[in-house]
Amino acid sequence: MTLRPGTRVRTSSADPDHHTRLPRYLRGQIGEIVYAGREWPLPDDVARGVSAPRAETVYTVRFAAARLWGTGRHTVLADLWESYLERADSEDGSEAGSEADGEAGSEDHGEDDGPQEER
Amino acid sequence: MTAEPHHHDLPVAARVRRLEERVIAAGLASDGELDETLARFYARATPVNGARLVARAWTDPRFRERLLADGSAAAAELGFGPQVSSYQLRVVANSAQRHNVIVCTLCSCYPVALLGPSPSWYKSLAYRSRTVREPRAVLSEFGLVVPEEVDIAVWDSTAETRYLVLPVRPDGTDGLAGDELAAMVTRDGLIGTARV
Repeated sequence: MTLRPGTRVRTSSADPDHHTRLPRYLRGQIGEIVYAGREWPLPDDVARGVSAPRAETVYTVRFAAARLWGTGRHTVLADLWESYLERADSEDGSEAGSEADGEAGSEDHGEDDGPQEER
Repeated sequence: MTAEPHHHDLPVAARVRRLEERVIAAGLASDGELDETLARFYARATPVNGARLVARAWTDPRFRERLLADGSAAAAELGFGPQVSSYQLRVVANSAQRHNVIVCTLCSCYPVALLGPSPSWYKSLAYRSRTVREPRAVLSEFGLVVPEEVDIAVWDSTAETRYLVLPVRPDGTDGLAGDELAAMVTRDGLIGTARV
């Protein structure tokens, strides 16, 4: 799976017993890929001493504060391993679409950030 | 930000001391070697390094492009390759439309080699939890009032991807040389809690 910038994703809502790098406040949230970074060993595997930890692309995902907290105009960007993510439109494109419509300013962010972050 | 307990009193400091004792007991390194390694690292870890990257970006548009495209490679151009080799360095540029600020909600990740040892407030629960939630309020407590029309982007770091903010070059600095420009850049400016 390669996720291109602009792809809407939903983060995992799992509550693992082990170490993970998906912060709790970003669980089960809808965001947008802005950058595909390097591949790194999956911390969840590394922390459990898995002998051959999975290496995965780490993506920068942008979240709207209003969606995370119910308030705020800022954005939060986090670097998340691929297995924390699934395409948001694969399961319920309608919800993703309506949220995009209801979020004033999200398109402006995209235009501001796009050229710099895709370079 | 509220006052923090002294670093040496924190539980993590006790854990580090225990780890050092185990490493020494196992014969992997001596106390002196550990001290020397840390001293050598911290002697070279200073915000002067990050400031050099910023000053170069302010004076060389092509370097600025390379810095924003691949921070690790651009840092290596200025001789910082070995210090930033264990993670991907990404540089985010402030503009008239957007202000960037760095946080690490999970711990305190940050490019130490380029920014120097992180301040205690950067590791505080208050900074880590509030910056992702109400960055405008947090920044105003640092004395940085971000106008309402300026968007704020909060970058939540990991150990593998670390960030440095490229501040906007101050007005009235056209005649200054690189060294003079670098001297204007502060650690907090590189974190995003100050304008420069």
